[in-house]
Amino acid sequence: MSPAGGPSDTKKLIVEGLWRNNPIFRQVLGICSTLAVTNLVLNTAVMCVALVFTVSLSSATVSFLRTFTPRNIRMMVETLIIAFYVIIVDVLLKAYWPEMSTNLGPYVGLIITNCIVMGRCEACGTSNPPKTAFIDGFFNALGYTFILLIVATFREVLGMGTFMGYALPYFGTPAWDKWIIMVMPPGAFFMLAIVVWIFRSIQIAKEEGVK
Amino acid sequence: MNLGAEAGHALAVCVAAIFTQNILLAYFLGLCPFIGVSREVKTAFGLGLAVIFVMTSTTLLNWLAYHYVLEPLKLEFFRFILFIIIIAAFVQFVEMAIERFSPFLYHQLGVFLPLITVNCAILGASLFMVIRDYSFIVTVGYGLGSGIGWFLAIMAMAGIRQRLANDRIPRGLQGPGITLIIAGLMALAFIGFTGVLQGQ
Repeated sequence: MSPAGGPSDTKKLIVEGLWRNNPIFRQVLGICSTLAVTNLVLNTAVMCVALVFTVSLSSATVSFLRTFTPRNIRMMVETLIIAFYVIIVDVLLKAYWPEMSTNLGPYVGLIITNCIVMGRCEACGTSNPPKTAFIDGFFNALGYTFILLIVATFREVLGMGTFMGYALPYFGTPAWDKWIIMVMPPGAFFMLAIVVWIFRSIQIAKEEGVK
Repeated sequence: MNLGAEAGHALAVCVAAIFTQNILLAYFLGLCPFIGVSREVKTAFGLGLAVIFVMTSTTLLNWLAYHYVLEPLKLEFFRFILFIIIIAAFVQFVEMAIERFSPFLYHQLGVFLPLITVNCAILGASLFMVIRDYSFIVTVGYGLGSGIGWFLAIMAMAGIRQRLANDRIPRGLQGPGITLIIAGLMALAFIGFTGVLQGQ
């Protein structure tokens, strides 16, 4: 990545984050803390907003402080910066949306150890100006969000017959035999595997087409 | 609650944490190393042992820190930072200690210890312990059980993946894809234990 912040670079960062170097199906990072909340689309959306907020701002902060941070303690500094933003999210959720805070349980706090946050801070934050780091973090998190929303949509529709809590025309009626397994943990693993499989296959086909 | 009932509860929590409430297969914690470091049984074994040890010790330390430092000071929101610092410091300390006293053990586990600091299962276990309001004795059972559960899952996965090495898997499914599918099947099997534990 070049340090200059021209419009073409921004576009490149967007493509990298959303598709070419997508956190989930390319890097396979940080799926732990968020996969657990994909049984409902609403929970996933809130969790992903929290993640976008944390990744983009902590990456920008790390980049802002990069010249003052001694190299050998930078991991600790990065962790503290990330924890700072996660605490903001946690406190806000507890104050304004307590039910959601209970639903998400420990998973908001676990954003701290989500590898993708640390990964972006390390890969981009430590060597680029704040603006680049912010854009990079933002679109990586969005790349992550859209995959998880796909997983969550399928899990909720097939498993509960609802979308964002509203009953759907066909899936919400008794005509649809609810796939309970989709709401349970194995469903998340299977669904994510299928999504990873499809997207990787598309990528492989495209790369071979280029050659 | 008297001590006997407490110990019984701890045992129940421990067994549940190993099987039905497996921290990896039911709560998706520690998935990154589970996918990244499960190619060989030997490395999986080392990492698994290190996780058991660190998880049991840090949940206890964090329990003490939470109930004797954060609660009296009303600084509960500060727990994320404190837990992470305790875990990182503990791992660093253990690494130095075993390097000094047991070169053999250091050779076996040394490379895995730094990895553990960023293992979400470790922080997750501490956060769950706070949310579920476990007592000290129950926390011992929970930390140990979660560690053993994680160990079993990664060992099983490494064993299966070694056998997959020569199989022909569609290219898009290789690596993480197939690992996730196997994890899903394992999660199904572990859910099967629910019936066994219902007596409690």
